[in-house]
Amino acid sequence: MSQLIVVGISDYKFTKGPEVIVTYALGSCVGVCLYDKVTKIGGLSHIMLPDSTNFSAKDINRKKFADTALVDLVQELKNAGVRNNRIVAKIAGGAQMFAVQPGSKLGAIGERNIDCVKKALSQLRIPILAEDTGLNFGRTQYFDLETGIMKIQSLNRRIEEF
Amino acid sequence: MFNNYEELSDMQIDVLREIGNIGAGNAATALATILDEKVDMNVPSVRITGFDEAVQALGGAETMTVAVLVNFSGDGNGMIMFLLNIKDAKSIMDILVGEDDSEDLSEMKISGIKEIGNILSSSYVNAISALTGLNIQVSVPFIAIDMVGALMSVPIIEFGAIGDKLMFIEENFKGETNDLKSNMIMFAEINTLKIIMQKLGLEI
Repeated sequence: MSQLIVVGISDYKFTKGPEVIVTYALGSCVGVCLYDKVTKIGGLSHIMLPDSTNFSAKDINRKKFADTALVDLVQELKNAGVRNNRIVAKIAGGAQMFAVQPGSKLGAIGERNIDCVKKALSQLRIPILAEDTGLNFGRTQYFDLETGIMKIQSLNRRIEEF
Repeated sequence: MFNNYEELSDMQIDVLREIGNIGAGNAATALATILDEKVDMNVPSVRITGFDEAVQALGGAETMTVAVLVNFSGDGNGMIMFLLNIKDAKSIMDILVGEDDSEDLSEMKISGIKEIGNILSSSYVNAISALTGLNIQVSVPFIAIDMVGALMSVPIIEFGAIGDKLMFIEENFKGETNDLKSNMIMFAEINTLKIIMQKLGLEI
């Protein structure tokens, strides 16, 4: 197996099969795998916040937000030779880690991240082939660029492939 | 003038450290009462650090960890998360409620950990109140057991607006029979930090 490429929080990486990209312990953050099966080029974006528009533009980290990170990652993939209409997505994360009272702002952040990721992908006309989102547990997300398979590992669930 | 943790001056960080010291002192007293034994503590280490660095200090992103989360609000707003390695959580609860063979923490042990987290978190909030005279209330505690990276994503997302740094407090409590290594992360809204600094007579 080739070396793992690790993506930290508020970051993305892209590469080509047979490499595998991983992001560890997604909680309420959302991990987005983008992939072109023809060239086997793909990327993984670890998104922390839904929307950059409430932040002053000058010093934001564009890799942190759903609305900016995905636009940038798609551009990187295109620069690497991927055609826009071939990109597909698989997403994971957006859990509610703590059982807070319903309606609390704290409980809704995972859900808001998922919604904004879906909105951003729809604006980019990228179809979502699979998702493992929500619920109440952390996930480590592996993305195998040879096969396009997203593998999700959790502490209390067997490994699942998408 | 600061707008996030990165921009705090050394003197301002010292103030946070002092709050950490006083909080840890309160916490040691509280622990001694719960455990009904003498509890000593080292001088806690208070650091302003990045998310990844804090996660590494806790054993790496996937380490199974118990987290107790409380919100504080009133004159100051923020969040405190108390983090305990699953093994430490088990051993401290074995002392308090007795040993069992179970691999997992029983319901009773989980609620015991929740209460300890609550008491320790409140110790810090009380330290802030005592130093500044601010009126701050603490929420009920919430508990979860999962990968430490996933647990810590909750406060870092909530306070993502004030930068990527967090306040990481590490302390070692030494009991008669057992040691407890406790880790807390504290986030305060930037306005709350400013109020604290002003109340203590520092320039902001």
